[in-house]
Amino acid sequence: MGIAVQNLTKRFGDFIAVDHVSFEVEQGKLVALLGPSGSGKSTILRIIAGLEEPDEGAVFLTGTDATTWPTQKRNVGFVFQHYALFKHMTVRKNIAFGLEVQKRPRDEIRARVEELLTLVKLDGYGERYPSQLSGGQRQRVALARALAPKPRVLLLDEPFGALDAKVRQNLAAWLRDLHHQVQVTSIFVTHDQEEAIEISDRIVVLNRGRVEQIGKPEEIYDRPMTKFVASFIGHANVIEATVQGGRVLAGDPGLGRVELPIAADNLESGEAVVLVRPEDIVLAATMQNHDLRGVIVGIRYRGDVYEITLEMSGISLRVSEDKDRFNSEGWKLGQQATLTFSRYKFFRAEEGHDALRERLRNLGYIE
Amino acid sequence: MEHSGMLQVRPTARRTPWGKRALMAGTLGWFALLVLLPVAALSFEAFHSGPLAFLSGLKGEAAAHAFWLTIWTTILAVVVNTIMGVLLAILLVRHNFFGKTLFDGIVDLPFAVSPVVAGFMFIVLFGPQGWLGKWFEAGGVKIVFALPGIVIATLFVTLPFVTREVVPVLREMGRDAEEVAYTLGASRWLTFWKVTLPTIRWGLIYGITLTTARALGEFGAVLVVSGSIIKRTQTATLHIHQEFTDFHYQAAFSASLVLGGISFVLLLMTEYWKKRHKEA
Repeated sequence: MGIAVQNLTKRFGDFIAVDHVSFEVEQGKLVALLGPSGSGKSTILRIIAGLEEPDEGAVFLTGTDATTWPTQKRNVGFVFQHYALFKHMTVRKNIAFGLEVQKRPRDEIRARVEELLTLVKLDGYGERYPSQLSGGQRQRVALARALAPKPRVLLLDEPFGALDAKVRQNLAAWLRDLHHQVQVTSIFVTHDQEEAIEISDRIVVLNRGRVEQIGKPEEIYDRPMTKFVASFIGHANVIEATVQGGRVLAGDPGLGRVELPIAADNLESGEAVVLVRPEDIVLAATMQNHDLRGVIVGIRYRGDVYEITLEMSGISLRVSEDKDRFNSEGWKLGQQATLTFSRYKFFRAEEGHDALRERLRNLGYIE
Repeated sequence: MEHSGMLQVRPTARRTPWGKRALMAGTLGWFALLVLLPVAALSFEAFHSGPLAFLSGLKGEAAAHAFWLTIWTTILAVVVNTIMGVLLAILLVRHNFFGKTLFDGIVDLPFAVSPVVAGFMFIVLFGPQGWLGKWFEAGGVKIVFALPGIVIATLFVTLPFVTREVVPVLREMGRDAEEVAYTLGASRWLTFWKVTLPTIRWGLIYGITLTTARALGEFGAVLVVSGSIIKRTQTATLHIHQEFTDFHYQAAFSASLVLGGISFVLLLMTEYWKKRHKEA
């Protein structure tokens, strides 16, 4: 086993940052801690590195209880969001730092630094200072510095958070490949679900200091186990609904309620919430009476997809259509369209619609 | 730099080259009037009767003693206040404790209080009948009107310089780099020497330069505390003042020029060093 945390709890005054969190990372795997800000993900990473002391719980590194070890003895590589390079040292000196602390022979250090410069594709940059590098290059130096002493585990705290979108994507893909090469047990913290899905072997979804779900990226995406996970992973539409006699109704009664295309034969009557991802709503121009229909009130081009805003009985829905489909249908503002859900998630809203909506709004997943 | 800044403020106003030149001439003229002219006047007067006269002005045990006293006091003040200043800065930036805001303000007190007032505070405290002075006196240790008093007064007036220069760089630096060093196996001590100190070095060097300049030139607090006893507690500034009031103008001018020269050379050295290292 690479890393395990058991029952980890950390309080800052009255605020419970980490609340009885347990998970394991297999040797050599890359795991993402995914959650919104304040979900406790960075704190967990800092506890694993020994930079923060847990109030309860234990940290195991390669099978050994390391809870009381000082940071210096844990042999973890740590990469910060803002690189945290030693500004007064050259790239070479930065990478060599950990090896020099260990007083390794000079030749060995030189060879290892060269090896890492090649690994992070910075050959020939050894004599530069951090200020002479771009953001992406700096983060690669930080990674090389962390990897140089062959750490037990690699911990990355929002490693691409300070970079612009394009650099971030390249670097994320590159990190995935690099991890295949070096096979060091790694945890990386992110609030970006696409990043997590793209590069990790497993994802731990965190919310308010608790684990919401642990699983492979596909599992998390296709079979979210909680409302939070469903709404956080991939920005789902949140539709408030009422179950009445086996029919799921939604919308403003004043505008005429609509029946959602959901099989509800054996559902108890009561309040509910339906979550549908923008890409799981299929639009069609054919108008048939029994179909659900809405009016297009907004169209935005987002690189490879169009984001369409649809209104239906006072409910605003976000729909994404790929470029080809959009062009063949030729959607226009004000046009009516019928919609079906290719996939959805149904939840009972025990806490009531307002409370649930309020919670999702506070977390920033709906507007 | 200066005039391009002015142009940015009023982008619509097109300045003629003549306007620009007049502005530059005006600024430089003002600087010359305020700084260069007095320095020139002093230099002229010091060398007015020839280089031998200049040197004769520096002769005498009183002058030599005064300069040595000032140099040693300065060295002591710089060493102590560099160490204490850095510790104080670390305390203020990195730790939270009760009354921190108040403490943060009090650190600046030596800036705000007149040096003469500072001197009197130490008389009250360490004078022969003072709160603590009584005890020292009983133990046969003289503080006021003796060397310890001079050192304490100088330490007091130069206390904030290093702290004030180091606090912002330390704050800007954050904790990340130090924490990375810990994860790479470096102890706290090694991290301080290899990571923290090099990162804050320019703030520290500037703080040390200011401390040195102030310690060399301190007059008011030292005057009150030392009693200005010739060849015993008279520092360079007190010596200059003494010679001047005794109508020994040549001695006053020569000593002034040397003291000013030392400060000027130190400033040049700092700038030169900074330039050389910044290029690296």
